[in-house]
Amino acid sequence: MDEIRVPIAADADIVVARGEGRALAGRLGFSRTDATLIATAISEIGRNILVHAGAGEVAIGGAAEDHRVGVMVVARDQGPGIADVQRALREGYATGAGLGLGLPGTRRLMDEFDIETQVGHGTTVTMCKWRERDPLEVLQERPGVDG
Amino acid sequence: MPVPILKQGSYLIASIQSALTDSEVLELRDDLADRIGRYRSRGIIIDVAALDVIDSFVARSLRTIARTASLRGAATVIVGIQPDVAVAMVQFRLDLEPLLTALDLEEALALLDRRAMGRERDHG
Repeated sequence: MDEIRVPIAADADIVVARGEGRALAGRLGFSRTDATLIATAISEIGRNILVHAGAGEVAIGGAAEDHRVGVMVVARDQGPGIADVQRALREGYATGAGLGLGLPGTRRLMDEFDIETQVGHGTTVTMCKWRERDPLEVLQERPGVDG
Repeated sequence: MPVPILKQGSYLIASIQSALTDSEVLELRDDLADRIGRYRSRGIIIDVAALDVIDSFVARSLRTIARTASLRGAATVIVGIQPDVAVAMVQFRLDLEPLLTALDLEEALALLDRRAMGRERDHG
């Protein structure tokens, strides 16, 4: 499936990236609420790129399995990396200090959330939200069922 | 595009028209802080119905607006949080304290009027 790549270098790019995420979620049949959860997660992760690395990229693509479809988001930067990922993912860390990581909250918005980071080399956040397809929808897609 | 801010009596009404960039959010914060003093406003209403997301940055900025306004004697009410945005905020565990919220403009105006009356009563 096609992948949309949004370069992140200014705050307007964050708006573009979350808009693309919302649009793709809509095309894949996600509810308005799920589309907003995805857009919010992209907004957070896009801002992390801008604040901590200065620039990077958000790639948004569709994923399909037998009984579910997904919106896959990969956010990459070549920034300073995160020295202590476990700490950054811990509840309460950063939120009060205003560092703006917001990673625990972002993780809760998505079904899958993974961080690869290397100090001095950058960070890649991969996250996905799934939608279970109902049996009728799956059936209709089989060749020969409706022509 | 700057957020239009209307003055209605002793209240300021900011109605956001579209998705905002972070710098536009900060601009709104500064515009409001400036006008509270200029117009001696007692209340601020921010209509967020057109916002596509309320993430941690927007929530923090709204809290800052409310705290700043409160130091200058004005109360802040947020109106129009969309149902899907509300779900995302709960799941993220975003907090809008010490902000007041109302469903729509009418309810927000009533809320501010009640507060203003209470204040007059308290101070004789």
